[in-house]
Amino acid sequence: MRDAAIQASYLIASILFVLGMRGMTRPDKARRGMQLAAVGMLFAIIGTLVNSAIVDYRWIVGGLILGTVIGYPMGTRVPMTAMPQRIALSLTLSALAATLVGIAEYYTEIAAGTVPSHAQMAALGFEIMLGSITVGGTIVAAGKLQEWLPSKPVTFAGQKILNGALFAFIIALLAFTISAPGASWAFYTMIASALLFGVLLVLPIGGADMPVVVALLNSYSGLASCATGFAIGNVILIISGSLDGASGLILSILMSKAMNRSFTNVLFGAFGATDTNAAAKTASGLTVRSVSVEDAAIQLAYAQLVIIIPGYGMAVAQAQHQVRELSELIEKRGGEVKFAVHPVAGRMPGHMNVLLAEANVPYDKLFDMDEINGEFDRADVALVIGANDVVNPAARNDASSPIYGMPILNADHAKSIIVLKRGMSAGFAGIENELFYDPKTSMLFGDAKASLTGLVAEVKNV
Amino acid sequence: MSVLELYVFVLAAFLGYMIISRVPSLLHTPLMAATNAIAGISLVGSLIAAGSARNHVATILGFLAVVAATSNIVGGFIITDRMLKMFQRGKPAPGASGPATGSSSTKS
Repeated sequence: MRDAAIQASYLIASILFVLGMRGMTRPDKARRGMQLAAVGMLFAIIGTLVNSAIVDYRWIVGGLILGTVIGYPMGTRVPMTAMPQRIALSLTLSALAATLVGIAEYYTEIAAGTVPSHAQMAALGFEIMLGSITVGGTIVAAGKLQEWLPSKPVTFAGQKILNGALFAFIIALLAFTISAPGASWAFYTMIASALLFGVLLVLPIGGADMPVVVALLNSYSGLASCATGFAIGNVILIISGSLDGASGLILSILMSKAMNRSFTNVLFGAFGATDTNAAAKTASGLTVRSVSVEDAAIQLAYAQLVIIIPGYGMAVAQAQHQVRELSELIEKRGGEVKFAVHPVAGRMPGHMNVLLAEANVPYDKLFDMDEINGEFDRADVALVIGANDVVNPAARNDASSPIYGMPILNADHAKSIIVLKRGMSAGFAGIENELFYDPKTSMLFGDAKASLTGLVAEVKNV
Repeated sequence: MSVLELYVFVLAAFLGYMIISRVPSLLHTPLMAATNAIAGISLVGSLIAAGSARNHVATILGFLAVVAATSNIVGGFIITDRMLKMFQRGKPAPGASGPATGSSSTKS
């Protein structure tokens, strides 16, 4: 009877999770969907708490209280601009939980003098390998995103060989523990090596490649919870783990497509390592035209269609509110404003959308690359705010460029282009951007927030 | 581990793929936050590990896992709700901007 009740609670939870995920396909339904999922979570927790295997509630209550105390500010206090590192950190926590459960499971079997079956060991092994890699990788990713660690790629000689060898070593240990589940030395060595591998995997990744990495680690962590479900024979873990894993997988595929990297290339962690010294076009002999705030404001004020292209620079300057203010002013004067969001703009999938939504930009003004690219020909001004590689025409026409083949926003098709940029430094990828030297382009140098504040004031005066 | 579990895995992964590939890129960040919150379901395993009183090591590891998973669930659902509220607010048709009903527990 009790078992039936537990299973029923898991069934209800699974249905509510799936409905919650389904809600995410519609912005107006999403919130209600996630509230359903939260109710589902409650069902699953209550169902588990009546499990007859649980005999001592002291540690459970303590853990639930402590977790709530830690989690509540993580939900309410974290600003939207810190979302990428917040997501990375939550991946750490979910992978950590899966890993710890796996270790506890293994230790209990060994301490009781029994040896896990090969099948159970396979599940445990995968769980802990994926979990440990995710923990190591997401900690480094969060550190880089928070800029506690250098966000530039950390590279050294022989890095790829070392990573490859370490990965082979982990796989060998995994195979060995599955064939000899009693060998705890191999099991614990595998955990340590997988943690180290996670760290080494993400160290050479630069900021601009973070969306792919975060999505990929998301799918690893989902698969780790899935494997936990197999290891302890719990169906709801398998279901939610698959949802999580599928979401991470889809996002990594989308991200790698948007960067023109093959998915296998991404899967084996070879991303961020394409920095061969391909001779990109140099800037010699070309001049940039810089523009004053006043002139840029006049251009914007009289434009019929302005397409705004936000990039990581907008996030760094936290200029999303000024962007919204400017777009409202242009609209008040009768112009039309659209936002063009490249899939890998920013540091995580959907980064720009969240920031603009925070600033109250209606989401029907935000457009995907495919939707908006045809409209640039009609645009009077393409306003590029702290974006670089995603508008670099070299991706289209310079086969020697590291970003060649990457789909980009057709900012260069607009009648004129205004680029808000801090200075003339090359973009993240270290590539010159010929868009900046286009005769149609004018550069407005300075901090994005300050420039936008100036533009808002000037457009008001026009 | 049974064949039945494999069935569940394959079907759930397939279902997840079908649903999630329809999520617009607009909501990709909330999607990540949401799937992370749901991945907090590993709390289920953590609770059993922490409460089964099998040995001290398992209890302590389980306790730590409960802390990690709980903070993920609590923080994850709250932050997802915060984000989705913004997207709801940014609705094209103004006037319907009031928060949905029954959401009092997750206000920031």
